[in-house]
Amino acid sequence: MTEPLSFELSRPAVDPPRLPDANVAGPSPADVLPRGALRAKPPGLPRLSEPEIMRHYSRMASLNYSISENFYPLGSCTMKYNPVVNEAAAALPGFAELHPYQDEETVQGALELMWRLEQALCAIVGVDRVTLQPAAGAHGEWTALRMIRAYQHSRGEARTEVLVPDSAHGTNPASAALSGFQVVEVKSGGDGRISLADLESKLSPRTSALMLTNPNTLGLFEREILDIAELVHSTGAMLYYDGANLNAFMGICRPGDMGFDAVHMNLHKTFTTPHGGGGPGAGPVGVKSELVPFLPAPTVERTNGRLTLDHKRPQSIGRVRSFYGNFGMLVRAYTYILAMGGDGLSQASRDAVLSANYLRKLLDGHLEMPHDGPCMHEFVASAHNLTVQDGVRALDVAKALLDREFYAPTVYFPLVVPEAIMVEPTETESKATLDAFAQAVREIVAQAKTDPQGLHQEPKRTPVGRLDEVAAARRINAYLQGQSEDPVLRWKAAAESPS
Amino acid sequence: MADRRYTKTHEWVTVDGKHATIGITDFAQSQLGDVVFLELPSSGRKLTARETFGVVESVKAASDLYSPVAGRITEVNEKLASRPELINSDPYGEGWILKLDLAGDLPPDLLDETDYKKVTEASAH
Amino acid sequence: MLETIGVSSMNDLLVDIPQTLRLESLQLPAGLSEFETMAQVTALANRNRVFADRLTFRGGGVYRRFIPAAVAAVTSKPEFYTAYTPYQAEASQGTLQAIFEFQTLIAELAGLDVANASLYDGATAVAEAAMMAYVHTGRNEVLVSGYVHPEYVQVLRAFGEGRGIKVRKGGEPNKKTAAVIFQQPDFLGLLVDPRALTAAAHEVGALAIAAVDPISLAILAPPGEYDADIAVGEGQQLGLPPSFGGPHVGFVACKRELVRKLPGRLVGTAHDAAGRRGFVLALAAREQHIRREKATSNICTNHSLCALAAAVYLTYMGPYGLRQVAEVSFTRAHVLAERLAALPGWELAFPERQFLNEFPIRVPKGSAVVRKLARKGILGGLDVNRWFRELKGVLTFTCTEVNDPRAIDELLQALAS
Repeated sequence: MTEPLSFELSRPAVDPPRLPDANVAGPSPADVLPRGALRAKPPGLPRLSEPEIMRHYSRMASLNYSISENFYPLGSCTMKYNPVVNEAAAALPGFAELHPYQDEETVQGALELMWRLEQALCAIVGVDRVTLQPAAGAHGEWTALRMIRAYQHSRGEARTEVLVPDSAHGTNPASAALSGFQVVEVKSGGDGRISLADLESKLSPRTSALMLTNPNTLGLFEREILDIAELVHSTGAMLYYDGANLNAFMGICRPGDMGFDAVHMNLHKTFTTPHGGGGPGAGPVGVKSELVPFLPAPTVERTNGRLTLDHKRPQSIGRVRSFYGNFGMLVRAYTYILAMGGDGLSQASRDAVLSANYLRKLLDGHLEMPHDGPCMHEFVASAHNLTVQDGVRALDVAKALLDREFYAPTVYFPLVVPEAIMVEPTETESKATLDAFAQAVREIVAQAKTDPQGLHQEPKRTPVGRLDEVAAARRINAYLQGQSEDPVLRWKAAAESPS
Repeated sequence: MADRRYTKTHEWVTVDGKHATIGITDFAQSQLGDVVFLELPSSGRKLTARETFGVVESVKAASDLYSPVAGRITEVNEKLASRPELINSDPYGEGWILKLDLAGDLPPDLLDETDYKKVTEASAH
Repeated sequence: MLETIGVSSMNDLLVDIPQTLRLESLQLPAGLSEFETMAQVTALANRNRVFADRLTFRGGGVYRRFIPAAVAAVTSKPEFYTAYTPYQAEASQGTLQAIFEFQTLIAELAGLDVANASLYDGATAVAEAAMMAYVHTGRNEVLVSGYVHPEYVQVLRAFGEGRGIKVRKGGEPNKKTAAVIFQQPDFLGLLVDPRALTAAAHEVGALAIAAVDPISLAILAPPGEYDADIAVGEGQQLGLPPSFGGPHVGFVACKRELVRKLPGRLVGTAHDAAGRRGFVLALAAREQHIRREKATSNICTNHSLCALAAAVYLTYMGPYGLRQVAEVSFTRAHVLAERLAALPGWELAFPERQFLNEFPIRVPKGSAVVRKLARKGILGGLDVNRWFRELKGVLTFTCTEVNDPRAIDELLQALAS
């Protein structure tokens, strides 16, 4: 089942929608503007009636899998249920219809919300202040590194290297490079945790920071985190926390207490703002007091109950986004924190850890578990045994799950585990769901023995089967090298496009 | 081929007098998967040994290309632009990447077949 | 569940966490019922003052526009808003197709070859475009020409500092210039000469980056027509509420030869074994999760849901609906400008310059004017002196299809009173 593109459904006979007329005598663009400034021909937008549009998008919606429908075991992505009350809160006219350049006196409620959210996040991760400006996790990472660099500059230190574990998210090294640092990789030890010896050998007076997520991307808590922190701090470097895995320990422990100096959080993971098919999210960054002067401007300040935006911050790294961040996502996250409370958040993390360990146990023996448990909120299994014995890869397991009404786990990440299958069940899922998922995986593993070819053909029940990405990439590259006029990355009128 | 030498970064080089031919190894192509694109330099450019001269991309991976030897590029395999899959199907033959005029001696750290095999076995777990 | 795992208590699962780090509880209030939660959140919302959209004459990068009901009807479908990034293509065709349509819509509007899946906002889109130019040309200076949105320039500086890109304001491009960045219409609403700016950039081998208003492209020559290399912009006007500045959506489109330098996600077509067309994330080998520290950008996500809103909006409007919206805004803004300029002591700040639906006007006592209007429930012009010292007493007013002629009358009556 596929849906034509809006451009293919377009009919020139469709009248434009009824819109207001000017209803006042005045010039039109053609009367005033020079001809060269005007568009020669109208843009090639499709022409569809409203019922056609609604059906088009409703059919497209039906081609999507979503967390509102069923389990989304994507490791590292924290696919929790998105409470609908969050949406109701963000849609309140008092938030949705606020102009960012209204005078401060007229937006006291919005600033109060930002201030309270900052306080709550400070309490959850154990830092002194938080900037809400970054629009996403990677944006937050980069913002944190800019602050660390500015702090070290202010002390006359020229530190040029950022250490990143080999199991880290790809955004870590990219953010470091974008902040002007050289990236130095730190190796994991045999137990999947960072190797203190390797860390020690990589630390030097050039080290600016170590970027770390804890639990790490294998779902394992870095037991030696206090030693790591001491080691890093002893060289004058800072410790940065990648908040991708914060859902593991809210109310159980805090990155700030572990010695992290800067902490980014993903509101779209831990704090249930919806993923939206890939954004918008929000990636606030919390910092300890030494970094506070370097926070992006403006910050929200509260004096005697009156809230202001402080733009005059001489040591600030500047502005990292227009206005004040993804405010609508801040409203959703604040609503979630309010509804859950300290008790609810702590319970959520405990439930997430329980679910992960339970599911890990159910799958142990069917898939390889390359590291000893217990795990925290997620675990990494490996399909390496299936690959060697039956020629069935992690990708085949992922695709076969799609045919069994589940989304796939994260596969081939982290890179340090061959044929990695990374599962994060979250507190959302019931025991019944976890049992059903484990049953589906066991069936697939059994089928790998009897009918591996069948698994290579899956998925069969999805709207389309496995798509040939290699052919697509070669077609794109042919276009980019001028060997073809089919751009592949956009629709083009039939006469111009052969596909 | 007995006189094919290798690098730890999975390039190969054959030498014929002052002329060298460079490509990536069979192990490298199997790790990358189906190659879809190569970013390559132009003829005439001078390379030092270990210098990055391009990128090879599959759908899921990208890898920098390092020159095993020093020299001046005399020829770039034009066929790869439209048929990058030659890297997969014939990495040591039609899938060659560059020809160079050698400058100076071969670097001492080039590996022979046996030593390179050890490298691939170590990285294949 | 504990029994299956083989432990006796929850604490057995937390043994890896050093005891010294363990918390008793979080220092936060206890949880609330939905009713109490909404009561608290609504109380905060009610502490904000909302100006009616027809009485909002303030823009500066965020505008009140008519938003068709179809937009929210689509974006509030849980199949769209609760889906993850479309990594498993077979189960994500809805999101992927929506992005592919968005890419095509933006490329059509801009008159350029390819657009990406969207970026965070207009400001970061400018910064990302500058980084494309830096990588493409190997030069490390960008030139900002004219009144580009001050917050875009601030963000550009913050990004540039990390990468070692110098941001120069004003002057002529030279052999060190990677790109000339201009905004059309500019931050004040005035039209610039994009052909001349583009030609000047190309003269020295620099790229031309046009920051454009997407609705203006229904009537103005698009960047592709004047040979700009990259078009970027803010898509808030395409169906998104102001929401105190976000989330909105940035976009970037470029010429074919720059596509490999594009930041972020791109969706392309692909086919399955049965020959059915589908959509996949394409050219991923440019991105951070594969290229790591060698990627052009660190961006991972896009703003899919906002891009979906923009796609629904543009599809609803079609080419002639969009032009109607742009023309009505144009006509009303010119009527408003004429009437305001006739007030005693008021004068257009740049009377020789053309504009579309936002314009700068010099007024006596700007802050008093704005306060007076606020008392009548009108969100008046934006005082741009806060960013530009030379623009003392200058307010920018904006007018769109939501500001009906009676609203304009009310604005003038309020000023006369």
